[in-house]
Parts: sequence; C-alpha cells; structure tokens
Amino acid sequence: MSALDVIFSGTMLAQTVRMTVPYACASLGGVLSERSGVINIALEGILLSSALAAVAVQNATGSALSGLLAGVACGALVGLAHALLVVRGRVDAIVSGLAINLVAAGGTRFVLRALYGSSSNSPSVRNVEIAESWGLFARTVLDPFVLLTLAAAGLFAWGLRRTRFGLRLRACGEDPSAAQAVGVDVGLTRVLAVTIGGAICGLGGTALAFELHQFQAGMTGGRGFIALAAVIVAGWRPWPAVLACLAFAALDALQIVLQNQTRVPSQLFAVLPFVATLLALAAVSRRTSGRARAPAGIGKNPV
Amino acid sequence: MPAVAGVAAGWLAFCLLVWAYGASPRDMAVLLAEGTWGTTYGAGQVLFKATPLLFTGLAVDLALRAGLFNIGAEGQLAVASLAAGVVGSRLPASTPFVIALPVTVAAAMAAGASWAAVPALLKGRLGAHEVISTIMMNRIAEGLVGLLVASGLGLTGTVRTPDVVPGARMPRLDAVFPAFRGSAASFAIVLAVIATALVMIAHQRSRFGRELGLIGLNPRAMAAEKVPVKRRLEQALIASGALAGAASLGTVLGYKGYFEEGLGAGAGFGGVAVALLGRGRFWGLVLAALLFGTLQQGGLALNAHVPKELMDVLQGVVICAVALADARLRDVVTSAVVRPIAKPATGAGGAGVT
Repeated sequence: MSALDVIFSGTMLAQTVRMTVPYACASLGGVLSERSGVINIALEGILLSSALAAVAVQNATGSALSGLLAGVACGALVGLAHALLVVRGRVDAIVSGLAINLVAAGGTRFVLRALYGSSSNSPSVRNVEIAESWGLFARTVLDPFVLLTLAAAGLFAWGLRRTRFGLRLRACGEDPSAAQAVGVDVGLTRVLAVTIGGAICGLGGTALAFELHQFQAGMTGGRGFIALAAVIVAGWRPWPAVLACLAFAALDALQIVLQNQTRVPSQLFAVLPFVATLLALAAVSRRTSGRARAPAGIGKNPV
Repeated sequence: MPAVAGVAAGWLAFCLLVWAYGASPRDMAVLLAEGTWGTTYGAGQVLFKATPLLFTGLAVDLALRAGLFNIGAEGQLAVASLAAGVVGSRLPASTPFVIALPVTVAAAMAAGASWAAVPALLKGRLGAHEVISTIMMNRIAEGLVGLLVASGLGLTGTVRTPDVVPGARMPRLDAVFPAFRGSAASFAIVLAVIATALVMIAHQRSRFGRELGLIGLNPRAMAAEKVPVKRRLEQALIASGALAGAASLGTVLGYKGYFEEGLGAGAGFGGVAVALLGRGRFWGLVLAALLFGTLQQGGLALNAHVPKELMDVLQGVVICAVALADARLRDVVTSAVVRPIAKPATGAGGAGVT
C-alpha cells in the first residue's frame, strides 16, 4: 500500500480521532484554567502523572473503570496542587508549572521502578472493551473517551457562556480586581477552575495510556505543550481548541505513517508537529482584539 | 531565607521518598555524602556536573532579569554542542590551543544564539509567548540534531562526531591537581565561574545590563524612557542562548572530546532550577549549581539502592519551596509598604484619604 492510500484510509481517520483525545482533553483543561486567569504549563505533567495513575490502578484492580477514575482523580489532584501554589502561595504560574512537570517526569519514573522494577515501561493493561463486531466507524465514534471528550467540550462551552460559575470564572480571568470588588471569591473560583481542568486533562492522560495499553516513561512527548499552544491558537475557546487539537493530532498520525512508509529519516517527520505548532503560534500571536484574544487578567492577582 | 526553605523542603522530600521506597534515609544520606563530597573523585564529579549547570543557570538568569523565561536552554545547548563537535573536529589537527579553543567555543555560542534567535524574534516582532516557543524549539533541536548526526555530520554508523582536535580540548583539572584523578572535571568550571562573575558585573555596570534589569522591573517606564524594549528583549534571549551554548565547554570540550547524541541533556532544565534558586546573585548561582550538581552525582551514587530519578523530584520540590518562600517574603514586604496606599482601610470614608 502506498503512503497516500494509508493516509486517506478509514483506519487512519479513526487513528487520528483517537489520537486527538489526549490533546483535546489537555487543551480543554488549559482553556478552563487560563480563562480563569491561571497560566497552565503543568498540562504536560498532569497528562504524564494521570497516565501512570490510571495504569497502576487498572493493573492492581483489573478494572478499566477504576483505572479511569484514578487517572481523572490524579489529574484533579495535580491541578489542585498547581492551583494552590499559584493562588494561595502566590508562586509564579510558570515556575509552578515547570516544577510540577519536573516532579511528574522524575516521579513517574521513580514510581515505575518502585512498582514494577523497570524505569521505562509498565506491564500492559487492557483498554476499555468494545465489541469487534461493531465496525470501525461505530467503534471510533462510540469510543468512551471520544464521547467523554466531546461531552466535556460541549459542557465547557455552554458552562463558560451560560452559567453563573462560567461568568464568574471569565470575570476572574478578565479582571480579577473587579471580580473581587463585586464579591466573587477569585481564589476559590480559580482553584476550582484549575482543578476541574486538571481532571479533564487527567482523562486525556488515561486515554493516552489505555491507547498504548501501558505506561511508558515520558510517553506524553510534549503533547501537553502542544495542547497549550492549541489553546492559544484557538483563542481560549473550547470547541476551536478541540478542532486545533484535531489538526495537530492529524499531523501526528501523518508523521507516524510517513515514518513507516518513506525512506526519509524519521527525525525529520518527528519534529513536524512541533514545527507546525511554532508556525501556528507565530501566525496567531499578532491577534490582540476580537473574540479570540487572551484573557486580560491572565497571570494577575486581585489587588 | 528562601534558600533555607528550599534545602529544608528538599531534605524532607528526600527522607520521605527514600523511606517510602523502603530504604533507610540515614544510610542513603551517608551514601550520598560519600559519593559526592566524601572523596576527591566524587568532588571532582560534582564540579563536572555543576559546570554546564552554572553556564545554563547564568543563561536563564540573564533572560529572567528582563522578565523572560528561557526554557529553551536545553535545545540551545544541544545545537551548540553539535556545533562544537563539528567545528572542533574539522579544524586542522595542528591548530594551536589559543586559536582552536576560542574558535570552537565561538561556534558553539553562535549556534546557541541562533537557536535562541527564533523564539526571540517571534517574541519581539510578533509577541509569541517565549515559554511555548522555546519548548517547541527544544523538541525541534532534539530531532534536528539526531538527523544531522545520523546523516553526515557524525561518524557513519554511530551517533557521535569525530574527536575534536587536541587544541580545542579543555584541559582536565587532574592535569594540575592530581587529587581529582579519574573525574571528568575540567578547567571549564573555572571559566564558568569567571563568566558568571563577569556577567554579574556587566549587569550592574554596563548600560545593556542595567536596561535589562530595569525592563524586567517596569517595561512601560523603560519604553517611556525611549529604551527600545522589544529589541532589548530579543537581545536578552539571544545572549541567553549564547551563554547556554557555552555550557558545551564542560561537556563536549571538557569531558568527551566529541559530541554524541544526548550529551549534556537535562542541563538546560537544570539551568532553570539554578537560576530560580540562585536569585540573580553571583554566590547564589555558584552555590545553586553546586547543589544541583551534588544532587545529580548523588543520584548516581544511590542508583543501586534508590532510583536516581528521585533527584529530579527533589529539584522540583526545591524550586517550589524557594518560590513559595520568596512569595511569602514579598507578601510581607508588600503588605507593609504598598497595601496601605493601594487599599484604604475599610471605613476610611471619602476621597483624599491616603
């Protein structure tokens, strides 16, 4: 089969959709966190740690559902840690995010060796079971992770725009001092936003680990950072963020096919998603007005 | 105070994690001390590990003064190391020391600077956030360096460049101090300390350094003073990349004598930790580099008993603790000085109350 046949096959499309899930979940978490005014570069560390938590619990209990819950809970916890450091501790959000990423990168290897005696990967676990007889399309569309991601995107888009909590969250991101002045508890709102964002990001980490049927050290490979770039490209809005992630995931899937199908050195394609992210970032960075702009109060504390 | 908090939190995390792993914290601490400062060899290895950290820490610190986070020291160092390996090995074998070493280092620094120039220009011209763009540049550097080494610049079938010419090698410390025999420490550590001192003086005495620091404090005021803020930010990031590239002195020229894929990996991120802990002071940076160098070497000494990744966790914990203590300190100062002015006490009615 030629490379082109592979690229336009149904398997490839299905693969792209499944690969979108970790990106999309992380960027939804990023949207929520940054709309409330907290910069979140800890997404990478959240993805990584929740992937390990999901695999470890799944491995111990044998139940995919408890693995998923553990992944989500771990994501929420790490998100909470980031939020508390930034909101209550007044630590610079970038410093806190960097530290969390460091701890996650080292900590997952540490735990991996403590639990399984290997510093590179865990024993394999089973993904959520779906009947083979359903056909590729149904299996892709009805994949629980895909459904959950879409549901979360819908919920966030509606919640940000239509609910009281969403309005307060956006107010904290746009002008924390004004929000505080009208009686919004800025700290609490931000902690909640980042924690919920962490939980959804944890879902992404779980999906990533289950997709590969195991945890591998450093398996996120920069997905959290690309997801963060997707947040910016999408103008801090949930649905566009999912779409941007779909584009990045398509590139990622394409990159894997091209590595296997062509004789060009694999490193050339491996950097493709990162080059694309950089270009996309450069293209949108000039935008400072309109609906697709950064929250004005991002990184600011109420006075 | 923040440094004390950082070390204390790091120590606590060390004990907790070692205990959780099922080893004895006291035994491990003894092992760590013996493996690092206990022998002259261990001390030499600490100096060796601290060398690139001091350079990258200095690099990150320079950008931080202007308010920029250079997370890209990792990629800048990778590209610079490759450049050092390639240029150093292509020189005529008889090139004298006084020419070969400066040329090689200049090539490395230029490569680091040019790698930093991409996010710098994206920041200055388009306003792209430097954190994300430098992270992307790290990943691109990783792929590109691998590609270049595999396709032409390296020895065929290997992931390394040819040996650099003898004149471009940094002499080992044990050539003068026999006590360090066997350790990889080279005179690059001396250069690193001198460079740190010079850059610190430049921050205080040179116009460029002063402007950078003031931009970090208040960019709008500096723009009002007709200082070209955006250009200064670009220059700061590029200079930072050049300094990060100089870290290849310790790895490529001081240790291996050639570049191989992955050499010096981790030093870029370690530099961020050094800069945050060092807090822009000469002794702060030197001691922070020594501390993290000790942790890295100590991790290797413990690896048979406790995973060496423990040290990465400690690094993160130390960063957090220092930042937290720093913020506390700032809060105390702000509430004593600023709050009463910015926010009148409740009940102080009417305008005009200051």
